[in-house]
Amino acid sequence: MSDLKQELKEKIITQLNLEDIAIEEIADNDPLFGDGLGLDSIDALELIVMLDKDYGIKLTDPKEGKKIFESIEVMAKYIAEHRTK
Amino acid sequence: MKTGQLKIKGYCSISNNRVILNDTLLMEDPGSDFSTFLKLAYKKMVTNYPKFFKMDDLSKLGFLAADILLKPMIRDSEMSKNIALVFSNSASSLQTDRKHQESITDRENYFPSPAVFVYTLPNICLGEISIKHRLYSENSFFIFNHFNVAYLHDYAMGLITTEKADEVLCGWVNCDTDDYEAFLYLVSTEGNIEHHKEEIIKLYTTK
Repeated sequence: MSDLKQELKEKIITQLNLEDIAIEEIADNDPLFGDGLGLDSIDALELIVMLDKDYGIKLTDPKEGKKIFESIEVMAKYIAEHRTK
Repeated sequence: MKTGQLKIKGYCSISNNRVILNDTLLMEDPGSDFSTFLKLAYKKMVTNYPKFFKMDDLSKLGFLAADILLKPMIRDSEMSKNIALVFSNSASSLQTDRKHQESITDRENYFPSPAVFVYTLPNICLGEISIKHRLYSENSFFIFNHFNVAYLHDYAMGLITTEKADEVLCGWVNCDTDDYEAFLYLVSTEGNIEHHKEEIIKLYTTK
């Protein structure tokens, strides 16, 4: 699970162009949206595409993302349980 | 209706790996490619706006030129925020359009990026500038074969004389791969340069 969390942090920084943020600065339980990393609605859509492309998880309802993308911890747990690739 | 001679309050150009503000060379880095140069310029100009890195190259270019030109003016005075934006270019958002097209050509590997797709219109660049400087004013982005000074001159004059805007940030922001160019100037009732087509051409060609 810790490898997956590390992988997610790397992917989020690269794919969402968080140029000024280092992996060490993202704690597992930091909120990804709002006061945490400050991600926005386009980032949420980008994360939905990433789940599909990299882990074979299709979210049919974008609202599901609100819970799944709460933090790296929550996201990693969801991916570990639902991934098809 | 406002009458009287309009002025150019300031101008900024970014091209050939140089940033110029009102005749002053602020920075140059001849060796770097376009993307690297944009990143260097962002840091050197103390832009401090993390969302910059999420933008496509056209928006980065227009955003930087506008920020370099507007930042000192907005900081130094109780400047009106009724600044209209009238931009133009020849490549529209072609560079990003191509990137988006590449992501949708393979039906077996069909993962279009929302973060790329949102920049498949050139006027998104105007939105980025408006968000940063809290502008709620009129904005337009025109596509021309070349820098169309007559059109921009008359359009800016129309906006100010009919009191649709107090000032107009005008110009040309174009990029396609490593071929890029930004030239923006602020039309106002104040300033030292006459708002004449000849003067604008002079600034544009001698930058």
